[in-house]
Amino acid sequence: MKAKTIVAALCMSTLAFACAKATPQKGDVTIKNFSFGPSTLTVSPGSTVTWHNSDGEPHTVVSADGLFRSAAIDTGESFSFKFTKAGTFKYVCTIHPRMVATVTVK
Amino acid sequence: MIVTDKPSRRGALKCLAYGGAGTLFTLSGGVLVASDLAQAATKKMMGADTGTPLFVQISDSHIGFNKEANPDVAGTLKQSIALVNAMPQQPSLILHTGDITQLSRPDQFDLAEQLLKGLKVSEIHYTPGEHDTSDAGGGKEFFDRFGKPSKNLGYYSFDSHGVHFIALINVLDFKAGGLGILGPAQLAWLKKDLEGRSASQPLVVFAHMPMWTIYEPWGWGTGDADQAFALMRRFGSVTVLNGHIHQIVSKVEGNITFHTARATCYPQPAAGVGPGPGPLTVPKDQLPHMLGIRSVTYAPHPVTMTIKDTALA
Repeated sequence: MKAKTIVAALCMSTLAFACAKATPQKGDVTIKNFSFGPSTLTVSPGSTVTWHNSDGEPHTVVSADGLFRSAAIDTGESFSFKFTKAGTFKYVCTIHPRMVATVTVK
Repeated sequence: MIVTDKPSRRGALKCLAYGGAGTLFTLSGGVLVASDLAQAATKKMMGADTGTPLFVQISDSHIGFNKEANPDVAGTLKQSIALVNAMPQQPSLILHTGDITQLSRPDQFDLAEQLLKGLKVSEIHYTPGEHDTSDAGGGKEFFDRFGKPSKNLGYYSFDSHGVHFIALINVLDFKAGGLGILGPAQLAWLKKDLEGRSASQPLVVFAHMPMWTIYEPWGWGTGDADQAFALMRRFGSVTVLNGHIHQIVSKVEGNITFHTARATCYPQPAAGVGPGPGPLTVPKDQLPHMLGIRSVTYAPHPVTMTIKDTALA
């Protein structure tokens, strides 16, 4: 019984991962032509936001207040972060710091 | 290089082959003089004293990049290293002005280090580019390898042959939407480093991002660099060397000369041409003409820094 639950949980997490890796969903951010789209995103607390890099160049997603920081996201890669608390979070690509955007959690 | 009273055709060709296509800048008393490389090579052959090669600048190797603009960045770095190793007089040291790697990944740093060990010159000084601090640790991979001289701060200085070298870091703590930044702590350190130093000592300052604003919309500049130069204006010879934009741009401001360098990986578009400062794909036979290294020769009396950019072809 216990083993079954674990297997089910594993399957679900694999499934969720597979979904996250597929085409960008509503609420996700696409990085293209040196910009984040949408540049302002509003989500509810507990939401996971995924940034997909569709650009030819690597980018990073680094919040101004230090809440989240990705490693370099290369072409075709993505980065996810789960927002638990409310607030407005400004972030930047540290490779191209003119690229700025915000996530609002409310 | 061969010294003869009357240069032979073979000798002249040898010089030209080494010189490659380029322009020679001679700085004397703050005045930058550009002359044809072939002419300069001949002058050197005639025995004129132009000093000894003090250092070579290598920039933007972007190890790990594998896209259309150059699928073999390791190969072009190797060619750049071969150019340095072929110099008739080896420089005392090498400056790598950043973007050693494409993504700050350990295997990319390892390969870059391994390739750079192919240089005959063993003294290499590194300053990181924004690509080298794009790991989740915000530069941990770079500092683990190259952080020792600066005690992991990114800025430090040293002397060689009477020249004072200053490594600066302008790729951390970006203000959103802004240019590169040095920051108050680094500026305070710089002030202390220059205090009491003789104004006749030549300075060589190196950092990754351009230290003057070349093109603000693409972040090609350093927001607080003016504060650094305010401390350097009293010096008779200040040579500022940067990378980042993968092309040569120079500027003279009083006794301060600025030069960005070619990359060893791929070129980038001129300021404002196209959607952004990404890799520029050029016809394959054009690529080696747009990549290369820079050697700097120093003569103390009068203080002369001779800058020579050499392309891979």
